Amino acid sequence: MSLQIKNIRIVDPSYNKDFIGDIYIENGKIVSSLSSKADKIVDGKGKIAVPGLIDVHAHLREPGQEGKETIYTGTRSAAKGGITTVFCMPNTKPVIDNAPTVEFILLKAQKEGLINVFPIGCATKGSFGQELSEIGVLKKAGIVAVSDDGVPVSNSQIMRRTLEYTKMFNLPVISHSEDNELSKNGAMNEGRNSTILGLRGIPKQAEEIIVSRDIMLAELTGGYLHIAHVSTSGSVDLVRQAKKKGVKVTAETCPHYFTLTDDVVKVYDANTKMNPPLREKKDVDAIKQGLADGTIDCIATDHAPHTQDEKNQEFDLAPFGIIGFETMLSLVLNELVDKKILSFSEAISKMTSNPAKIFNLNGRGSLEEGSIADITIIDPQYSYEFKKESIVSKSKNSPFLGRQFKGGAVVTIVDGNIVWQK
Amino acid sequence: MTEIILNAKQFQDKVSKLAKEIFENNKNVADLAIVGIQNKGVFLAKRIIFEIAKLANIKESQIPFGTLDITLYRDDLENFGSKMHTIKDTEIPFDMSRKNIVLIDDVLYTGRTVRAALDVLMSFGRPKSISLAVLVDRGFRELPIEPNYVGVKHESQKFIKVSCKESDEVDEVKIEI
Amino acid sequence: MSLNRKDLLGLEHLDKKDLQTILDSVKPFKSLFTRSVKKAPTLIGKTVVLLFYEPSTRTRTSFEIAAKRLSADVVNVPVSTSSVVKGECLIDTGKTLEAMKADYIIVRHSLAGAPDILARNLSASIINAGDGFHEHPTQGLLDLYTMYEKKKKIEGLKVLLVGDILHSRVAKSNMWALTKMGAQVAVSGPPTLIPAGIEDLGVKVYYDLDEALKQVDVVNILRIQLERQKENLFPSVYEYVELYQLTKERLRSAKKDVLIMHPGPMNRGIEISSDVADSSNAVINEQVTNGIAVRMAVLYLLTPKRKK
Repeated sequence: MSLQIKNIRIVDPSYNKDFIGDIYIENGKIVSSLSSKADKIVDGKGKIAVPGLIDVHAHLREPGQEGKETIYTGTRSAAKGGITTVFCMPNTKPVIDNAPTVEFILLKAQKEGLINVFPIGCATKGSFGQELSEIGVLKKAGIVAVSDDGVPVSNSQIMRRTLEYTKMFNLPVISHSEDNELSKNGAMNEGRNSTILGLRGIPKQAEEIIVSRDIMLAELTGGYLHIAHVSTSGSVDLVRQAKKKGVKVTAETCPHYFTLTDDVVKVYDANTKMNPPLREKKDVDAIKQGLADGTIDCIATDHAPHTQDEKNQEFDLAPFGIIGFETMLSLVLNELVDKKILSFSEAISKMTSNPAKIFNLNGRGSLEEGSIADITIIDPQYSYEFKKESIVSKSKNSPFLGRQFKGGAVVTIVDGNIVWQK
Repeated sequence: MTEIILNAKQFQDKVSKLAKEIFENNKNVADLAIVGIQNKGVFLAKRIIFEIAKLANIKESQIPFGTLDITLYRDDLENFGSKMHTIKDTEIPFDMSRKNIVLIDDVLYTGRTVRAALDVLMSFGRPKSISLAVLVDRGFRELPIEPNYVGVKHESQKFIKVSCKESDEVDEVKIEI
Repeated sequence: MSLNRKDLLGLEHLDKKDLQTILDSVKPFKSLFTRSVKKAPTLIGKTVVLLFYEPSTRTRTSFEIAAKRLSADVVNVPVSTSSVVKGECLIDTGKTLEAMKADYIIVRHSLAGAPDILARNLSASIINAGDGFHEHPTQGLLDLYTMYEKKKKIEGLKVLLVGDILHSRVAKSNMWALTKMGAQVAVSGPPTLIPAGIEDLGVKVYYDLDEALKQVDVVNILRIQLERQKENLFPSVYEYVELYQLTKERLRSAKKDVLIMHPGPMNRGIEISSDVADSSNAVINEQVTNGIAVRMAVLYLLTPKRKK
């Protein structure tokens, strides 16, 4: 099976290339030329080819919560958003703290999935924050990082051990940074809007205290720390300082944190409820600044599907989280590239070459010869309204419903195969 | 186009006529009380009290006087939507039992206002009797209600506008034609 | 003469004109109370459902009397006996009541925003009778009306709210109504019970009650919930009483004709001393009477989706 993409603008941040040309794919790899005539030719005129997008933070819900999402539906939703690789968080039921669950997911993904699925293993058994999980065994089974995402590792000693122990496996530790006592019962950002709405607030410091602690522990241990879903200006500052000091820390944010403020919570719409919560304008500005100056390395979705019934109830009772696969790329293009926060190439690097490097995904995140042929083709002129009916994910909990976008994925190629096409 | 039914002088003459007739039927002024229906009926009621007091040779304040707003008793509130009426005062500052009450309104038409006004009055107690005086009777009743005292009868389904000095600087009754 | 809205969810959403409309409408309803028949047929044939997810005697009774004095049929749905305990969700409960042709649903809920969710999903008129720490609009209105009735104006009044502002929906509704009508609003309480960003809403904050009381026209005292002590929001009732109980002595720095208000139920000897509660400055019982008239006015002024 060979594929030729003709006359396309190729933007590859992994080796800083931006030119118009052809891409050749053979046996799932990118090659400099084809040995025989292409089995299939795609006309790329007016489109842009970038390395396949890598989403390092998502919840696929399988096993255990298939009513919200499955590997089947989740990978299709991601493919539609131009994503070729997704990391799935271990807070499934059961949690991913054992090799059989890792193997189950990998098998399921191979059988029913449309894109690459890489599991993240639990940092602690059961994600209870008490004892280290069998990280070595999990690594062997195929995890790419460890995290107790959804909950923090509250005990500083356990977090220290995790950062220390993972060093021998070269596995990043992803920190869900939240001081549980400070955020207790909170439903949204603490501030003027939580006061007006009468909802219990989650102060920014609930995040920043743990970001700060984990940076110190990374400094102490020399372990590799990756801060998940940065939402506050203070966290951006902390990561920036830590990087200056040479601490091994990287960070990700999500499209909603550079797009929305807690003003949108106004009518108690639970599709605006996520953890960490939407913050204020100065945080949104700081996150954009952090993306621009390289403090924030990755953009991830934190795709967190929940059913309509779960979301359509009292704000306090509705679960945290929003879906994100199908809006990430368009939000990055419209909110960051069009608004000149990042160049197109810089923006793409946050979803391709940077995550590939941080999580040691050899052969991915690049269009260089010999790379795995995961490619996303973007049509910068593609205008559309994000409608509930068009959502592929099993869940529809998005605060971006009804939003008008310009620019998005039109073809998604995984291992040299076109898995999705507009 | 409008046609004048009563000019200022005729208007005042009709008010005097109503007062005179009410007085003739209520020689025992001590039992009489006058209640005006908001808004124009209140102005008319005050004038009628003035006239009756003259005829009976007593002070105006000796004749019990009340005002009444029917808004909360209307049978057509559903139709108003956002154009609800401002509710005016309903004040019956006297004991109604053993009083002969004369209810005053400017125009009598379907009878629905009077029906509502009777309900309002009843919520204050049990008067000896209630009678009705109106400046204009437009006819076209939809309920079995008839006035006891009428200034002028002018049967019409066209809108009749009553102006009073108290609110409109001039006494006048006009009809759109 | 209407609020031009189906629901009353909070006073945040009303403007000065709306608030004035309500103030101007209360008197005719209040005057009904002095008649031998205290009832008008205004809402005859309408069904008013009282859906209370939280225990309440005062507000529920007040709404019930208000609706009955307007001749509506009133149905109580106390939560303990309803299907809510079987796990029915809020919207389904609302839809069930609407299927029974409820014209008004008056809802009290321990979680903020519950009335908003009902209002979004139902065509019945929703009246918020208190939701979490959000708002209690009819209480705010009856407080506003009581001040208006006694002081003849709101603009320029110095009003002080004392106590647990953080968890108080009454405080929130008072703040919206009073600031919109031009009063100067201040709050006083321990910093742990003052919510974030409250100054942005045009309110002054005093931690020192004696300082706060200087020259005030109205003091509205909020009930202190004793269980807040367990959350470490104040160390002891004794200390709270020392710092924030409204006493005759403390009141000396307020204006002579200061109005003392309390939304009830009162903890005598805790947030308010008995001599203050029983003083001639206290209008606590008038608040209760006005509450019925204000709620009648609200029922009258809201416009449910009427049939064409």
